[in-house]
Amino acid sequence: MRIFVSFLVGSLFGLGLLISGMTNTAKVQGWLDIFGDWDPTLAFVMGGAIIPMAIAWRFTIGRKPVLAEAFPPAPEQKLGRNLVLGSTLFGMGWGLAGLCPGPAIASLGFAGPGGWLFVGAMIAGMVAAPSLRARLDQRTVAV
Amino acid sequence: MPIDWIMGLVGGVLIGTAAAIFLLVNGRIMGASGIIGGLVDGSGRSDWQERAALIAGLFIIPGLVALAMGGSETNLTGNWAIITVAGLLVGVGTRFANGCTSGHGVCGISRLSLRGIVATAFYIGAGGLTVVLFKHVLGVI
Repeated sequence: MRIFVSFLVGSLFGLGLLISGMTNTAKVQGWLDIFGDWDPTLAFVMGGAIIPMAIAWRFTIGRKPVLAEAFPPAPEQKLGRNLVLGSTLFGMGWGLAGLCPGPAIASLGFAGPGGWLFVGAMIAGMVAAPSLRARLDQRTVAV
Repeated sequence: MPIDWIMGLVGGVLIGTAAAIFLLVNGRIMGASGIIGGLVDGSGRSDWQERAALIAGLFIIPGLVALAMGGSETNLTGNWAIITVAGLLVGVGTRFANGCTSGHGVCGISRLSLRGIVATAFYIGAGGLTVVLFKHVLGVI
């Protein structure tokens, strides 16, 4: 049942990305391009997505998930190097291609070979990240 | 164009509803980079079926709908060097930051998570500067 729900969630997520135009890299780059022909669509998508999720978070108080033991614990609120460096690198890649992980998967069916190349490179980066992080940790300690 | 904004809002509500169902039913955070990353680096082995099922839905349904509509424009650059570098940056960056637009942006900001807000400020800032530099200064995208 949890697996079926996961499939349903992925389907709804993908449909939302397609309908909102977020699989169109021109709209994403258009939103980031504040000095060009600025496209505000992404702000509407973010706003629209945050509303049901904010309600859902309120609903979690004092309850349990339908098919799980507990809600995810509040994450540690540590603002460190990994968060800042990682978000900066991610933003650079996002700006360059106009794709982030969700839309990259959602557009695989119609983005052509470039879409598969992006997802391949993204997965390579994800696989490399833990060892890169360990190496960076070592250097930081050494300094 | 206002019609694009309305479609954006409708699509956004669908995305948020998907995230809400994942949270309230499965008790999980709908973060695309975390779900994919845990599957490919082995850290999410215990619940790989849920991860794979979510990714399958995310891939299959928009693909089918786009096919039914006669295709959907992605306007993805044809420059393979840029695509490769961008993919690597997105992969490494989202795993370092432990989240992307869906995890930090949608799920984090909606619970007023400081980490989510800071991450979103940095990736939007870096994305904006990158577009300005590579589009208006260098003219390569």
